[in-house]
Amino acid sequence: MSCCAPGAEMALDLVNTGSVLPSSQEIRLASRSLGDDLHQTDLSVPTVHCAGCIQTIETALGKLDRVESARVNLSTKRVSVRWRGDEVPPFVVALGRLGYQAHLFPSEVGDKDRTLSDLIRAVAVAGFAAGNIMLLSVSVWSGAEGATRDLFHWVSALIAIPALAFAGGIFFRSAWNALRHGRMNMDVPIAVGVSLAYAMSLYETINHGDHAYFDASVSLLFFLLIGRTLDHVMRERARTAVKGLSQLAAHGAMVLRSDGARDYLPVGEIEPGMRLLIAAGERIPVDGKIIQGTSDLDCSLASGESTPKNVAPGEAVQAGVLNLTGPLTIEATAAAKDSFLAEMVRLMEAAEGGRAHYRRIADRVSALYAPVVHLTAFATFLGWMAVTGDWHRAITIAIAVLIITCPCALGLAVPIVQVVAARRLFENGIMVKDGSAMERLATIDTAVFDKTGTLTLGQPRLVNASSIDPAMLAVAGDMATHSRHPFSKAIAGFAHPGGQYKFDAVTEHPGFGIEATGAGSTWRLGRRGWAGWRARTGGEGKHGGTVLTKDGFIVATFDFEDALRADAKAAIGQLSHAGVSVEMLSGDTAGACGEVAEMLGVKDFVPCLLPSGKVERIETLAKDGHKVLMVGDGLNDTPALSAAHVSIAPATAADIGRNAADFVFLRESLLAVPLALDVSRKAGHLIRQNIAIAIVYNAVAVPIAILGHATPLLAAIAMSASSVLVIGNALRLHGFGANATLQVIQKVGRSAVSYSA
Amino acid sequence: MTTLLYLIPVALFLGALGVSGFVWALRSGQYEDLDGAAERILIDRDDKPER
Repeated sequence: MSCCAPGAEMALDLVNTGSVLPSSQEIRLASRSLGDDLHQTDLSVPTVHCAGCIQTIETALGKLDRVESARVNLSTKRVSVRWRGDEVPPFVVALGRLGYQAHLFPSEVGDKDRTLSDLIRAVAVAGFAAGNIMLLSVSVWSGAEGATRDLFHWVSALIAIPALAFAGGIFFRSAWNALRHGRMNMDVPIAVGVSLAYAMSLYETINHGDHAYFDASVSLLFFLLIGRTLDHVMRERARTAVKGLSQLAAHGAMVLRSDGARDYLPVGEIEPGMRLLIAAGERIPVDGKIIQGTSDLDCSLASGESTPKNVAPGEAVQAGVLNLTGPLTIEATAAAKDSFLAEMVRLMEAAEGGRAHYRRIADRVSALYAPVVHLTAFATFLGWMAVTGDWHRAITIAIAVLIITCPCALGLAVPIVQVVAARRLFENGIMVKDGSAMERLATIDTAVFDKTGTLTLGQPRLVNASSIDPAMLAVAGDMATHSRHPFSKAIAGFAHPGGQYKFDAVTEHPGFGIEATGAGSTWRLGRRGWAGWRARTGGEGKHGGTVLTKDGFIVATFDFEDALRADAKAAIGQLSHAGVSVEMLSGDTAGACGEVAEMLGVKDFVPCLLPSGKVERIETLAKDGHKVLMVGDGLNDTPALSAAHVSIAPATAADIGRNAADFVFLRESLLAVPLALDVSRKAGHLIRQNIAIAIVYNAVAVPIAILGHATPLLAAIAMSASSVLVIGNALRLHGFGANATLQVIQKVGRSAVSYSA
Repeated sequence: MTTLLYLIPVALFLGALGVSGFVWALRSGQYEDLDGAAERILIDRDDKPER
């Protein structure tokens, strides 16, 4: 394996112990036909991150039978594979063998980002036009006269036409859209100013006037388009990354027809009454009732409870839970749109109302800004008309006012800071959905954490490994590799499979444990009562009592505990230090919550909450005037994530949860939360500074323009200077981010050491 | 003055050439994977950008 992909070896283990791989029917369902027997499948591979990875993957997949080509996109962390024939080549398995976990990613037709290419093209055209017109204008300013000046003005006018039509179209359309719906946005003064300036300049040119404003109107567009493109890039980049992470919802299920035929159907076509076959390791696609089979279910996604639930025929199961140990036959009781998952989506949409009222700083400023600009320009026009009675002069000066108040510093002020901040966060493994999320995060005063999966890792860890006989641990480890049960994974992770015992047969008894026979003895790893049938130890241990037995006698006992997420205590300390009060909400019992709360130094916690209870708690806090940050991962946290003022989810969270959250952190450390808060607050500070710069600039420039002293040269210099100042100010965030990155790198380095030790 | 008459069109033509070159690169998908392009330069083989 290559240099990078930390944890790639671990991923290999996961694949060996049977992590959830999409079946070939599922792959076929998600792939798109390119015609001519050619198919394309898009896979999301989050661990790709260097040239080595690209080469390893592309060569390995390219060698597979029937694979036409494989192409890695490093920016979006995706691999698209083109293949021929009816049968799906085993590329997911091949990737797993290389140490890359792949997830299906639904192919979208017209996947490319149209808006971005439109914006970039507009920037290119506006930049080209602005550069050329500026060049000609400089000649005019430095003293070109008579016919030469007129020629230059005419050439400028010609260059400006396509630039305005093409690059300005974005603003004209948006302004027209706003006006038609009786609204006002920042594009209205831009559209009015630019077109008035062009018309006026054309009039001047025709009448051999001294001044023309072609340069101002085009370079205004150029600057504004830069700001808009940056804004778009930032939002889109984070969005594709969030989309690209693993997808947890089932894409479809094997349906058992009454005549015994088996069909693989997409989840949308499953109807109540259908019988579904759910193999071990698959997710249950819709709510249902078990008719055959026993198994353990991982319900952590739905309830937040990390210990697997033992199920038998007759019991109801919810969509989204993971079937761990045995095959099940279930009867669907609801269609996908009526299932538990869909119910969560509805609850989430209902909760989102609170956040919809939030308006971005840029919008709030421009709502004030646009009328003021228009009124000032109009008043200037009336004033000059009243004083001089010269309409030509009055209009010229009014246009100068419109242009000089150009909101380009304002247009750049917010997005440039947010792009720099988002980049800092991205480098520290935090993804931001959009700029308003950072603005909202900067204002919070309360942080609410979910327990399981957020403060803790949501995975049981073996805590008494040191007191177990290493030989017995090795036997248990060998057996555990045959199961997907979280306890088995925990044991397998600790033991170094020795392979001294050659087992003849290993069978898993769903809900009980694993049985292995070899060398005349029967080994069992699992529940105390089942495994130790000859031992008279009686009652079960604290954690359900998992034991290893040889011929019915207990030879080792295993204790599990949910591990705290790395740096959880430090993160909570930093949040309190930053003036944020911390609370914990959980669906778990009061005892379990109290234990974690005490370890972390959290004073307030509310246990035994249903998903709606978490929403209610957050709404109560909001009613008391608090701005709440929600950090959670489970499906049951999703409505709360939407209800909170701003939300953060770990990358291990449910797909739907990541979509609801504003921030997603990719690394294990919970320090991501205070870091995001810190960067957001600094960004908010810089944004306000930038807006202040823009306002001060206007306060100086506008009176000059109103008094009629604004020459095009002055306007252009002032405008550019204000923009450069704003960009320079935004880049100050860079230095701050670099320090934070260093700290995280040191931390990662240290934890890597402790892993290998 | 006369030099301007052909220098300006020449300048505009060169600029337009630049813009159209850029637009072509954009359309042919060369900006789709900037991180990948930065890394691929280290890989020793023939490689064409994908449409």
